[in-house]
Amino acid sequence: MSQFLPEAIQSLIPNIIQIIYLIATGFFIVGIKRLGSPSTARSGNQLASFGMLMGVAVTLFDQEIISFEFIIAGVILGALIGAFAAKKVQMTAMPEMVAIFNGFGGGASALVAWGEISRLDPSLFDIQSLATTGLSILIGSITFTGSFIAFGKLKGFINGGRVALPGQNYINLILTAVALALVGWFTIDPASQPVFWALFGLALLIGVLTVLPIGGADMPVVISLLNSYSGIAASMAGFVLGNNLLIISGALVGAAGLILTNIMCQAMNRSLVNVLFGSFGGDEGAGGGPDTGDKSYQQTFADDVAIQCSYAKKVVIAPGYGLAVAQAQHVLKEVANLLEDKGVEVKYAIHPVAGRMPGHMNVLLAEADVPYDQLYDMEEINPEFKSTDVVLIIGANDVVNPAAKTNPGSPIYGMPILDVDDAKRTIVFKRSMSPGYAGIDNDLFYSDTNQMFFGDAKKSLQLLSTAIKELD
Amino acid sequence: MEDLIFNLFIFVLASFVGFELISKVPPTLHTPLMSGANAISGITLIGALIIAGGSGSVFSQWIGFAAIVFATINVVGGFMVTDRMLEMFKKKEDDK
Repeated sequence: MSQFLPEAIQSLIPNIIQIIYLIATGFFIVGIKRLGSPSTARSGNQLASFGMLMGVAVTLFDQEIISFEFIIAGVILGALIGAFAAKKVQMTAMPEMVAIFNGFGGGASALVAWGEISRLDPSLFDIQSLATTGLSILIGSITFTGSFIAFGKLKGFINGGRVALPGQNYINLILTAVALALVGWFTIDPASQPVFWALFGLALLIGVLTVLPIGGADMPVVISLLNSYSGIAASMAGFVLGNNLLIISGALVGAAGLILTNIMCQAMNRSLVNVLFGSFGGDEGAGGGPDTGDKSYQQTFADDVAIQCSYAKKVVIAPGYGLAVAQAQHVLKEVANLLEDKGVEVKYAIHPVAGRMPGHMNVLLAEADVPYDQLYDMEEINPEFKSTDVVLIIGANDVVNPAAKTNPGSPIYGMPILDVDDAKRTIVFKRSMSPGYAGIDNDLFYSDTNQMFFGDAKKSLQLLSTAIKELD
Repeated sequence: MEDLIFNLFIFVLASFVGFELISKVPPTLHTPLMSGANAISGITLIGALIIAGGSGSVFSQWIGFAAIVFATINVVGGFMVTDRMLEMFKKKEDDK
């Protein structure tokens, strides 16, 4: 586009582009910073998107760009698909959406590296560019196929459990080592087509094989990690092109993904190595022991729950993914409103892995108009359970299982949980007595202070709402 | 080689900035943060523009085209869906 400008300006363009890139970088950093607080988050996202618009617009003036047919067609097609998906997606399906967007981002970075090497004579590349081209293709391709497998698992197209060959972990390690060796080979001999294609194909395969064995319950970790990969892939593409904006933005995203991965691992009390190479909710679900025997539990019904809640001072609601599956967020909010009208203090206790991705439950409740200052993180709410009269546990199981604190043999031992057993009364909304996602029996159900309210979460909450209204 | 060192400096420093920025984000915002960061990783679109519009074979332009489509889905979809989520985050109104 630069050819349309006066010559005096043309000579300045490379510098102008760099300065705009610098400003865009600032927008990204301030944007991410503002994403850190609920009151400024929306403006932060808008700031970042504006930075992106600036970066893209000014790049069109790059003297290297001489034709626009592909650019216009590509941007229009991509924008239509992206906008359509963003408008249509259900909030419960947000993890799938993020996973697939991630995959596209990683795939784009791999394509950029491939395009650059096929566009120019490889002999023009120095060692740095070649090595980063190889890495960009490797990481970008792993992100691409890995994200699609994660998407399939979350959607239920692919078996959510552990799908693995015997010795899968060793196979993956060996394949990764081979792939890194191929990056080295490619750096030395970039003109070799077989080496290039072997690297590309192997990277795509590794993405499939590393995500396939990971159980559905671990998907929050996987999505966070793939998010990090997509950032690193973009950063590597920046090394290839010598573009600082790409390097910096990619590094920011890479760091963000790593931190979230770490937070998710801590919330499940597992190391990253254990998530990637161990199995959970698979076939080794011993430990907790199947000694369900004849422990007894108390059952309760809507009228009784209504009375207990209405005459309580403080009610805490502990929602889990089951709430979202039953699409019961709105009824829940209705129940909470009714209780608040009666002067009951209502709070929500959100475990870090309550949804299918970090912070997912908060989004689902926000969609049901629950104000965010009623949502409490685990650390904030745990000391409060002692002064809580009733805890309503809806669609959650493992995150309130006291075995995590008391039973060293349990697979979830050590995982931080919501200390609901400190409360005077817990009421578990559940379909039946079946164990949860991790397949572990929950002693809370048999506690003296606990009552079970059986049924579909949405129906139960509707019954509860009616029962509370009838109390007046 | 100097380029590599220089770029590595930028990469490492930016990573530290990233760690600092994100470690303070409350769990409430982790999903929007992730999808917003995800959109930013679509910055690779800039590279795609140069491949698709630059000099080179028609083949490499097609690769660039595919990269643009992928990256634009990531950028446009990511920012829009993040905005949709953040729009829903409301404070408790003081009408009671």
